[in-house]
Amino acid sequence: MEITLTVNGNRQTVDVEPRMLLVHCLRDRLRLTGTHVGCDTSNCGACTVLYDGVPIKSCTMLAVQADGHELTTVEGLADGGQLHPIQAGFKQEHGLQCGFCTSGMMLASAALLERNPDPSEDDIRWALSGNICRCTGYVNIVKAVRWAANERRSEKVGQS
Amino acid sequence: MYPPSFDYRAARSLEEVLELLAERGDEAKILAGGQSLIPLIKLRFAAPTLLVDINGVDGLGEIREDDDSLRIGALVRHRDVVDSEMISSRYPAMAAAAPLIADPLIRNRGTLAGSLAHADPAADWASVMLALGAHVHVRSSSGERDISIDDFLQGPFTTSLDPTEVITEVVVPRAPARSGGTYLKLERRVGDFATVVAALHLVLSNGTVGTAGIALTAVGPRSIKAADAEAVLSGSEPTPELLDQAADVASRAAQPSDDVRGTAEYKRNVVRVFVRRGLDRALELARAS
Repeated sequence: MEITLTVNGNRQTVDVEPRMLLVHCLRDRLRLTGTHVGCDTSNCGACTVLYDGVPIKSCTMLAVQADGHELTTVEGLADGGQLHPIQAGFKQEHGLQCGFCTSGMMLASAALLERNPDPSEDDIRWALSGNICRCTGYVNIVKAVRWAANERRSEKVGQS
Repeated sequence: MYPPSFDYRAARSLEEVLELLAERGDEAKILAGGQSLIPLIKLRFAAPTLLVDINGVDGLGEIREDDDSLRIGALVRHRDVVDSEMISSRYPAMAAAAPLIADPLIRNRGTLAGSLAHADPAADWASVMLALGAHVHVRSSSGERDISIDDFLQGPFTTSLDPTEVITEVVVPRAPARSGGTYLKLERRVGDFATVVAALHLVLSNGTVGTAGIALTAVGPRSIKAADAEAVLSGSEPTPELLDQAADVASRAAQPSDDVRGTAEYKRNVVRVFVRRGLDRALELARAS
């Protein structure tokens, strides 16, 4: 069936079978391969995307459910050539080793910062508890999110 | 994993949902949060030929209180419960359970009503709703009815919902003054199935226990209402000795089995400890409310 979805600000129409998972639609049809398939059983969070701004696991949603909705994938985080603060944070604090979980981690973190601009370490760990890093690089991931939170807040101060 | 083929209909009204269910019966499944159903389909444990998506049906996403009930619509997600100030301030057993369900990403999609309909023996909401004395309100094209949670839960992944029926609301008796409750869950890590769960709810009346709700999850083929333990407390003054006795009786209501999460004996002991601790907490909250 034909669905129209807005991915990273681009409205697109694709023809999919109802059984197609959202993650496969993103990767195989729209060629947005930054969203990864990890466990494929709703455990690891590697496939996290934002669905109308809310982080969800795209291996546990059908593509047809995205009809009429807005999605953000890791490809949509940077603004032109400018890294999103969360991307800059992961770079600055070395918040990744193999990088497989990183896109999901960054999207879940970006959603956290929208809701809570100044999260404590506990808030961050709690918000990322659906995202698993098999390299166990959690300490630097938490630091990266803290870095991004500080950066975002100082940007806001700079603007006002 | 690619799910097998099925038809998909994004329903726009409850009437449309009921018509589709009447037509397709047990070939059809309701898709709400999908956080249990989609994995089941991927793993070939379920093979519906039609998914009826209710996410576009208006009026199912509300949490509201009327004169005698708290009413939770079929599309209320775990995250909505976590965020509800009414629930945090007045329904402590629900407030304690909601943040412990799965992980934050799944809580953003999964629904309370869907969790009950899925009837996983380890699912969180069933014991909370048993302890609170809740019921589900269901509709079909030929009528509507209320089913108490105890009658609704039949066994592992089995409920008394007819294939032509859909849950429209979960209805919890309105929290009276002097009531309190809590939820204790043992899990090996975030997102794992529960090892042992106890849900508690107490209502005090002139210094004695008016109503006691004690329910257990993950220690039997379905969530268990520990009625004998509730009877120990009902109408009596909640002395420490009586609470000890209720916890002991509750542990005997559990039907745990040995598995990778622990031995039956260990789980039964955790039930006793959780019920005892939970009663203290419920009592403390009831006295403060």
